[in-house]
Amino acid sequence: MIQVNGDPLAWTPGLTVRGVLQAKKYLFPMLIVTIDDRRVERADYDREPVPDGAVVQVIHLLSGG
Amino acid sequence: MTAPTITPCEVDFTRRTEYHEGLETIRAAHRLLKEFTFTPSLPQKGYNDRTLYVDLTTREVKEKPVTQQMKDLFVGGRGFGLWQLWNAVTPATRWNDPENEIIIAPGPVAGITQYPGSGKSLVVSISPQTDIPIDSNVGGYFGPLLKFSGFDALELQGKSDQDVILFIDGQRGIIRVETAPLEPADSHVLAEILTRMYAEDEADRVNISVVCTGAAAEHSLIGMLNFTWWDKRRGCIRLKQAGRGGIGTVFRDKKIRALVCRGPVIKADMNHPVDFETLARTGIKLHKEIRTQDDLQCKMRRNGTAHIVEIMDAYDLLPVHNFQYGSHPDTHKIASYVWEGRCSQMTSDGCWYGCSMGCAKGADGLVLKTGPYKGHMVTVDGPEYENAAGLGSNGGVFDPDSLLELNFYCDTYGICTITYGTLAAFTMECYQRGILNKERTGGLELTWGNAEADLEMMHQMARGEGFGLIAGRGVKKMKELFIANGWGDPQLINDIGMENKGLEYSQYLSKESLAQQGGYALTNKGPQHDEAWVIFMDMVNKQLPTFEDKAEALYYYPLWRTWFGLMGFCKLPWNDVAPADNSATAEPAKIPEHVQNYLALFTATTGIQIDVETMLMQSARVYNFQRIFNIRMGKGLRANDIPPYRAVGPVTREEYASRAERYDKQMLEEIGVDPAAKPMEEKMAITREYRMDRYSKLCDAVYTRRGWTLDGVPTMARLKELGLDVLPEVVAIVQAHGG
Repeated sequence: MIQVNGDPLAWTPGLTVRGVLQAKKYLFPMLIVTIDDRRVERADYDREPVPDGAVVQVIHLLSGG
Repeated sequence: MTAPTITPCEVDFTRRTEYHEGLETIRAAHRLLKEFTFTPSLPQKGYNDRTLYVDLTTREVKEKPVTQQMKDLFVGGRGFGLWQLWNAVTPATRWNDPENEIIIAPGPVAGITQYPGSGKSLVVSISPQTDIPIDSNVGGYFGPLLKFSGFDALELQGKSDQDVILFIDGQRGIIRVETAPLEPADSHVLAEILTRMYAEDEADRVNISVVCTGAAAEHSLIGMLNFTWWDKRRGCIRLKQAGRGGIGTVFRDKKIRALVCRGPVIKADMNHPVDFETLARTGIKLHKEIRTQDDLQCKMRRNGTAHIVEIMDAYDLLPVHNFQYGSHPDTHKIASYVWEGRCSQMTSDGCWYGCSMGCAKGADGLVLKTGPYKGHMVTVDGPEYENAAGLGSNGGVFDPDSLLELNFYCDTYGICTITYGTLAAFTMECYQRGILNKERTGGLELTWGNAEADLEMMHQMARGEGFGLIAGRGVKKMKELFIANGWGDPQLINDIGMENKGLEYSQYLSKESLAQQGGYALTNKGPQHDEAWVIFMDMVNKQLPTFEDKAEALYYYPLWRTWFGLMGFCKLPWNDVAPADNSATAEPAKIPEHVQNYLALFTATTGIQIDVETMLMQSARVYNFQRIFNIRMGKGLRANDIPPYRAVGPVTREEYASRAERYDKQMLEEIGVDPAAKPMEEKMAITREYRMDRYSKLCDAVYTRRGWTLDGVPTMARLKELGLDVLPEVVAIVQAHGG
């Protein structure tokens, strides 16, 4: 299990940042992703592994309005 | 939702309907009522230090000085508009009294061509919908052309006894009030005719901007103003809207058919800034950023604000069926890639010079199927997100052609797309729940997605007949009428009618974000998203866990956004694109590099040094002044900040059921009540009490942070901090209300 923005999400082997975004339906393009307080660059979303137990924060910038 | 490959739509644009037949006859019927000469001038350091005043009753035209105190306290734009309006009206003034004004004011930085999004004007008036000041920001060329003709604002007071056009010729220094007896009513026709009429030749058309409205503004309270520019590539006029609050209705009540400004040929340094190099350097930096980042981020150049249609759906935030739900299986039919295919030129499309973000989109080649222009081929400005959501999903309309036609007719009839979308959705839900029926609507079957009935209601509004007349009064007055007629349960009608202060909600679902509930209902003018859009911060990111956190966001962002309205800036280049390294900054949501850009632009234009704190103080003066203005007009207190329950939580059983997991979880974890054995009605009542109590606590926290009493009145201490205590009437109002 991992935490994403404070909510639990089931962990599976090989889970990447991209997998987290897809599972949460996070389509918004202006995101800042951290895994255990470590920032992940956008270019690394497809390959950056998310370990079991990780605390993931996906900050959506404001946009809108 | 997978985006298909987009190819430009293949439309023969030579078939676009043109509107210049009869131009000479129309021109010949004009009669000069007043001529006034002035010395055209360009601003120095962003200011002309004079405004233009026109009394439509007496036809007095005069220049008024801009005082140093006016600049110090109110800066420009919305600030100037509110100050002039304050001086024009009394607490007894209503929207259709002659003393009510319409003020159009670009700000001191408006009109620079170096930095994207710098051509905005702010329009201010007493609203027919809310009875308090409304402010509406708008692109198009009128504001900058007015400014470069020599005026920091245009103040329109009084009422004409016949339809008139006010023509401001900033090249020749002539202002004319002319009768307009034969002019067509609707904007896409009228503005094209007037652009051709007042331009000296084809090349001069880009120097013309028209402000006008349409037929529905005459028969409703939701009229808006179109501001035009001449699109050289398409060879037609384009429209941007000062939409909210019914200013178009005030405009027609004054019998103004149009304002026409012919400005000078635009050059780069017309504001005479103190530091042109900084303007240029700051602009080039953002142009590069847009070029490298936009395709990776919001794709504003390709899709405009409609890029978030499918995103809002994915986050359960898209208003569906009068804000009952947040997503719909048919959203893909109105998603951004659909519009991308309709905007044939597939290029950035700016509403003022120098905007490389260029998010204004024109959907070309729409052949209209209904109404007085049936069979005409037109270019539709949009749809922007608000139009797609309001006219589309919120009423269950998922047919792109119908949505574009609704968008087109809103624009040309001169009614606000946001307002119309929300009021149409309300009528449809009333129809669904038996509050309305065919007999009460005069035969309109206002079922979800019935675009034909939706369009007919709009045509009725323009013709001033049938149920369209009732709908055009807006949600608040419809609620009052339906309740007075005994057509349904008053509580239900009040709960589902999405208005606050008399203004309809704009198109975001706020019920799962307490901060956004405040972001809407704790606004000065009513629930428009241009004060604080904090749903992602609150609901998705969960960055605002406490009341104090939410209150801080509802302190900062409304002030930040107010500043754009003081200057003449568009909000979109602030945070719909961000520097590549923005994520490494301490407060990425604020886009710190862009904040520094804005400070630099203001200082480079005016020579006045400011920092972030000064910037917020500039905004806070105007923001608090507007709150006190509301109080002066008999509103502006806590009782006026209460949202309809639909904006806060589930009104109906179906709504609760659609998110039962969320609501049950809240009940168990936050309220401490086990929902397992509770019947639905009891769970809804518990949820309602809890959520409204939290909203009340949010009000306490926000008022405290803003320096207001718990009744929402700015305190004397806050007034002194802001320097507003030099205005005796402001002080008297605050003191009379315990501030």
